[in-house]
Amino acid sequence: MSVEPLQLFWYFGIFIILISICGAYCILATFNLIRALIGFEILVKAATLLIILAGYLTGNQALAQALVITLIVIEVVMMVVSGGIVLWLYRYNQTIDTRKLSNLKG
Amino acid sequence: MNLNLILLIALLLAAFWTVLTIRLVRSVVGLALTSAILSVIMFRLGSPLAAVFELSVCSGLISVIFVTTISFTSRVSKERLTVRRRERFVKFWYLPVILIAAGLALMHLSRPPVFKFPVASVTQDAQSVLWNLRHLDLLGQVVVLLAGAFGVVILFKEKKDER
Repeated sequence: MSVEPLQLFWYFGIFIILISICGAYCILATFNLIRALIGFEILVKAATLLIILAGYLTGNQALAQALVITLIVIEVVMMVVSGGIVLWLYRYNQTIDTRKLSNLKG
Repeated sequence: MNLNLILLIALLLAAFWTVLTIRLVRSVVGLALTSAILSVIMFRLGSPLAAVFELSVCSGLISVIFVTTISFTSRVSKERLTVRRRERFVKFWYLPVILIAAGLALMHLSRPPVFKFPVASVTQDAQSVLWNLRHLDLLGQVVVLLAGAFGVVILFKEKKDER
């Protein structure tokens, strides 16, 4: 294969790594549950871009699209359930700050 | 090539703003913007079906879910917001430094990985792959959707019992 796809992979890859760092940092540095979910979403965006890029470079766009559609459906379900859990926690503790959620502390 | 680069920079900036902004609603708007830019990139990479899904579901539905969740929680007072702004500055000033350092390090590596991409055997359209080859995925999606619906019903059932 020519050099160009490798270069494309390389510079897309740099941005995918940087976006992943943004998401991971958001999850690690925050104490707010909703913001942690937003950080997780950013990580999923990086993964989505990587799958689409792999599909584009290998010529398997159909398979990549099928995988991304599955990923999006699972992502939405996960967001709905985790949003419900956050609301449930807020109702019982009046906070979504993880430092104050110590009900299960051993 | 250049347009791809501009879109990637915009994507990174949108993700960066999503992480750094203080108010949660603005953060959700940033996330929707990230999704919208990502869907344009996906369209340019020859995946229009997934791009439409990304734009409608991730940029639309997930933003609605987040805004609904935020609207059910209490509003932050102005004093708390000032304190939080200070806390975030202390906590998040590392992020741009890390990003710039990682970006420079990766650029200086500057050698594309040496491997060959496998060549696709048969070119098919997304619909036939999704419905014919990946039908177990569809079954999994249905199961996950039902599990999610069941989870939400359980969560809101407890709320009903309390009243």
